[in-house]
Formats: sequence, C-alpha cells, structure tokens
Amino acid sequence: MSTAQWIGGLMVLAGIPFFLLGTLGLLRFPDVYTRLHALAKADNVGLGLVCIGLGIQSASVTLLLKLVLIWVLMLIASATAAGLIARTALARGLRPWGT
Amino acid sequence: MGTAGVIFDGLLALALVWLAWQATRAADLFHAVVSFIVFGLLMALAWVRLEAPDIALAEAAIGAGATGALLLSALDRLVTREGRRTVLYEPGAAWGFWIPAGAALLGALTLAAWKLPAPGLGDEVLASLGASGVDHPVTAVLLNFRALDTLLEIGVLLLAAVTIWSLGRAPSPLVPVMPSPALPALGRLLFPVFVLVAAYLLWRGSHAPGGAFPAGAVLGAGAILMLLAGARPWIRSSEHGPWRWILSLGLAMLLAAGIAGTVMGQAFFQYPPGTAGPLILLLEVAAGLSIALLLFALYLRGEPCEHGYRGSGP
Repeated sequence: MSTAQWIGGLMVLAGIPFFLLGTLGLLRFPDVYTRLHALAKADNVGLGLVCIGLGIQSASVTLLLKLVLIWVLMLIASATAAGLIARTALARGLRPWGT
Repeated sequence: MGTAGVIFDGLLALALVWLAWQATRAADLFHAVVSFIVFGLLMALAWVRLEAPDIALAEAAIGAGATGALLLSALDRLVTREGRRTVLYEPGAAWGFWIPAGAALLGALTLAAWKLPAPGLGDEVLASLGASGVDHPVTAVLLNFRALDTLLEIGVLLLAAVTIWSLGRAPSPLVPVMPSPALPALGRLLFPVFVLVAAYLLWRGSHAPGGAFPAGAVLGAGAILMLLAGARPWIRSSEHGPWRWILSLGLAMLLAAGIAGTVMGQAFFQYPPGTAGPLILLLEVAAGLSIALLLFALYLRGEPCEHGYRGSGP
C-alpha cells in the first residue's frame, strides 16, 4: 500500500470515533440542546475526516475536491439546521437542561 | 463480495423492513414521517449496493427529500388544526385477509423474480447503445428505448399537481415564520449551488449516472428551500401566468417527439436517424425543468393565490 493509501485509511479510521461519540451523545444527553451540540460537532469533524481520507485514498484531485465540497455543504446545512431546531425549541418554551 | 458485505446488506435489509413497518404502523404520525424519510435514505443506500446509482440519486432526492418535505408540511397543517394527530390501529383487525393476501403477493413476486431472464436485458441494451444517441445505458432506456414509460411518469406528476391545485388556493402565509435569520441567508447562498448541481446532473446524464429526474429533483428541492426561506411563488395567474406552461413542457415535448415519429411514417417514439442525441438532450432539459417546477407546485399545496404581495424567488 502506498503512503497516500495509509494516510487516507488512517484519516477515515480517525473519523469513525466522532460518529460513534456523536451517536452516543444523541442517545444519552438529557435534552434537545445538548443532543444538537453532540451531533453538530461530532458529525461535522467525523465527516470531514472521512471525506478528506477517502479523497486522499482516491488519488484524484477532482474527486478530493468534490468530497471536500460535499463536506462544506454539509457543514453549512448542518449548522443552519441545528440553529433552526434550537431556536424553534427555545421559541416553543423548552428550557435548556439545568436552568 | 466478502462477509462484511453480506453482513452489511443483511443489516440494511432488516433496517428497511423495520422502518417500513414503523412508517406504516407507528401511532404517532411524526414518528411515521421521520421513519419514511430515513427509509428513503436507506433505500438509496440499497440502490447503491445494487450498483444502480441513477435510481439511488432519484430515490434520495425525490423519495426522501421532496416527499419527506411534502409529508412534513402536510403534518404541520394537521397539527395546527386539532393538536398532534395520531392514528390508533385496532389490534388484529383484518389479519385474516392481509396475511394470506400478503403471502400470495410475496409468492407471486418471488415467482416473477425467479422467472426473469438470467442476465437481464443489459446485454441487449448495450448492444444497441450505439444507435440510441447517448453513451449511458440508463439514459438510453429512459429517453429512447422506453421513452413511453418516462412520458407516463411525468404525466402522473402533472396529474398530481393539477389535482392538488384544483383542491383550493395555497395557504397564506405559506410557511411558518422562522425564528432565525439563518434560513433566508442559507437559501440565498445555496440556490445558485442548486442550479449548478442540477445543470451538472443534466449534462452528465448523456454519459454517466444523472439525467432529468435527479436534476429536476435537485432544482425542485432548491426552490422548496427558497420557499421555506420566505420567497414568494412567482407564477400566479394574473402575472407570469403563461409561464405555467413549463409545468406541462416535459409532457408536451415527449408527446410531440413520440407523435412526430408516427406522422413521419415511423414507429411511435422512433427518432429520425442521426437526431437522437440532440433530441434526447432537448427532451432531458424540458423534462428536468418540468419535474423541478412540478415538485415545487406540489409543495405549494394549492394554486398560488393573489394577495398582491411582491417578492422575488422561484
């Protein structure tokens, strides 16, 4: 295996724990705000590592750029969606945990 | 395919069956709708596993995206009227009918799948690909060999839009007021990207997975996002009314292409020799535009009404 394959594989592997921890947070955290916190942070970093890792493994600059574009679009969409859900929850009177 | 692949496919199949059950039997309708959306996403994954990326694209965009948005907005209207709507199923109702009927259907489908010609029609399609005018077998089937099916599919979409518009006017305001400025900003930022991706998918359709359905679905989803971000529908009967013809453009063009062959003494949907390539591109653009506008028209939940408001957007 070439160096690029090793680096790409390691990045994909490094991304997986973020997804696992994000899912754990979604299942175990007490309210909607803390769950959003777990998802929006962990999924974004994990997806970035997986996308960049796969792009490096593909050994094609076009494919790497397309994967990075997907990640950036996901970042924008995920941040907006998390903000919308949190603001809607707040507007409907859901109290954040511990307040 | 290794053991990991078999395990993955098995889990995927089990999850699909479980989600289908949840989507049809969950007492809480919100739960059912979310199950349906996740079902669409996993179904797209299943199509990828079956090496059918075209169908996966269409399933993700239409099955999960556009239909999910439609169901959620329908649910929203139910909820605002009389509280959270739930459905109660009577346990054991009509099992005596559904279990034998389901078993018979499953048996018939298994028999049909069993009797399919072993390698399918892929070889025949590839053998006549040179005469189809495009380099991608799926596009060749959709817009040349089986263009009649595509004609009927777009006809069904048009019929659905006409039915929904004939039921009444679009609700006003169309969307709930968003407590965040992020969504309008996102809509303005991303709509050019939606247009770009739709054009890219349309252009790719002649030689790779893509084509009118995914392109139309992406463009339609972009328009729905703009609507959620506060844009007003642009096509109303008083102004820009004639633009509504775009809704039926795809159907009209496909029908014209099919009948033109008959008039010129050829078979239905037989394209004149040498013109298949450009003709298919033209049909794809028309069908893509129609599909995008039709999905948007479905989401309006009624004929766009005249409240004298001015606005930009789709």
